[in-house]
Amino acid sequence: MNAIALPPLLIGCAAGFSGDRTDAAEPVVDTLIARLAGGLADQRAFLIFETLAERTLALAQLRRRDNPDAGYEPLLDAMLRPVLARCLAHGIRIVSNFGAANPRAAALHIARMARELGADAPRIAVVEGDDLSGSEYRPLLHETLGAQMEGLRIVSANAYIGAEPIAAALDADAQIVVCGRVADPSLTVGPAMSHFGWRADDWNRLGRATMAGHLLECGAQVCGGYFADPGYKDVPGLDAVGFPIAEIDADGHCTIGKADGTGGLVSEATVKEQLLYEVHDPSAYLTPDVVADIAEAEVQQQPDVANRVALSGVRGHARPSHYKVNVCHEGGWLAEGEISYAGPRAEARARLAAEVLRKRLDGLALRVDLIGALSILGDDAGRMLADTPDTGLRDVRLRVAATHAERAQAERLAREVMALYTCGPAGGGGVRTALTPRLNTLSCLLPREAVPVRFELLGAEALA
Amino acid sequence: MNTATDMIEVPLYRAAHGRTGDKGDRSNISVIAWHADLYPLLAEQLTPESVSAQFRQRAPARVQRFLLPRLHAMNFVLDAVLDGGVNDALNLDAHGKALSFLLLDMPVRVPRALVPLLAGP
Repeated sequence: MNAIALPPLLIGCAAGFSGDRTDAAEPVVDTLIARLAGGLADQRAFLIFETLAERTLALAQLRRRDNPDAGYEPLLDAMLRPVLARCLAHGIRIVSNFGAANPRAAALHIARMARELGADAPRIAVVEGDDLSGSEYRPLLHETLGAQMEGLRIVSANAYIGAEPIAAALDADAQIVVCGRVADPSLTVGPAMSHFGWRADDWNRLGRATMAGHLLECGAQVCGGYFADPGYKDVPGLDAVGFPIAEIDADGHCTIGKADGTGGLVSEATVKEQLLYEVHDPSAYLTPDVVADIAEAEVQQQPDVANRVALSGVRGHARPSHYKVNVCHEGGWLAEGEISYAGPRAEARARLAAEVLRKRLDGLALRVDLIGALSILGDDAGRMLADTPDTGLRDVRLRVAATHAERAQAERLAREVMALYTCGPAGGGGVRTALTPRLNTLSCLLPREAVPVRFELLGAEALA
Repeated sequence: MNTATDMIEVPLYRAAHGRTGDKGDRSNISVIAWHADLYPLLAEQLTPESVSAQFRQRAPARVQRFLLPRLHAMNFVLDAVLDGGVNDALNLDAHGKALSFLLLDMPVRVPRALVPLLAGP
């Protein structure tokens, strides 16, 4: 295959997390269709949706426990239905991790959706193997995590798998690929690998596509979402911020732009912020596909074109021998309570209320915030609040939070905050309390051979 | 007055922008100079030690700095600064998303000659 002759691959992203805007896809798909129509003969386009964060999968696994047909992205229908028929009609293929804890059920839902829309039955592939929550994996996890596993009630265990099964599914002509926990950039690397025919050890190209995927994976964030700071970083039309489209060439180099007719901004500044987002050592960004290296990367606004920035100088090194595995387990209870004080000496009354709670909730480590004065930048130990004198705030909301393994212990906090109505300082009101089950995570590394990554095309019988 | 050596103090946000990310109990904060000519002085003044001091009330276990001169940027990685991270923290901002603005509030010294390169008032 002569990979160099192929025109750049277009990849649009229409979601950056579970719960993202559901009206993002239409302008992206409109733009992809227009570019395909005006592009070269072999130009191809993909649409990706990235909908998993650290805890999303555990929450999906809990939903699947209650209902075996659930456990995929709750907004799947709202995200995909408006564009599915047009994607299929224009040859735009779709790759997503919105399968979450149940990719097979998500795929069946998409098949039903296509039928309802009157489209021909699409070829849908399901990527599996990331889910290690079954009892057969306990000994292996136990071997790796050791004593940390004792007594844990595990909710989910998932390996961050890579692009290879996605590429293989696309090579098998899948039009839609539904994954669970694949690494976010792999949603982009898979299509590029398949389209350009890259080898799985073509480290520089994989590294470049990985960073293209990294720019895409948070949706609007590279287009001025999560960027605006009035007077310093002004973003036009933030209410209708567009989602990104990358053009990736046969060597993996990319330019990043956004959907036509949308708000937002793609600039060197937005691209640099997203490039470094959640990166630690820039020379070693670890993914299951490659160790990407942006130590020498450069970004450059394209001359005479608005909202178009090129990324170059990315390299890649051999991929890690192990998959990262995230284990989510039940983590006790989070209790929170709030009460407001206003008018003269409001802050003094709020501080007194906090003191009352500290004395009465002996045994619970309380976090105290004075919303309006200091509620974010201090740590749980409260050093910053202790160092901040009473500033005479006249409108303040006290928030206290604590966590405990036992529900009954955590519930004490709610009762004590409630009791401030009649037993606390003067004028307190508007009590709200909440008790939430917590999910905690452990991470470990498992050898690639231990994780049975695979894909399967849904057969006609599955769709009947 | 020698404008080349005469320095004024400004908050970092006038010289740079940045974003916070998190993984577990670890925060990364990018600092990206508004102009290439501002980058060297930021590299000189924003050290692991000075950033650690700016975050003293968060008590990071370790602060690492990675320089990206071609991007006129640097990346700070702060360990154990999120009270356990998104699953364990009691903070309303459990991801620590606001932390870039704690760093961007840090005072830096800029030669008067470079003041025209600063952002904002």
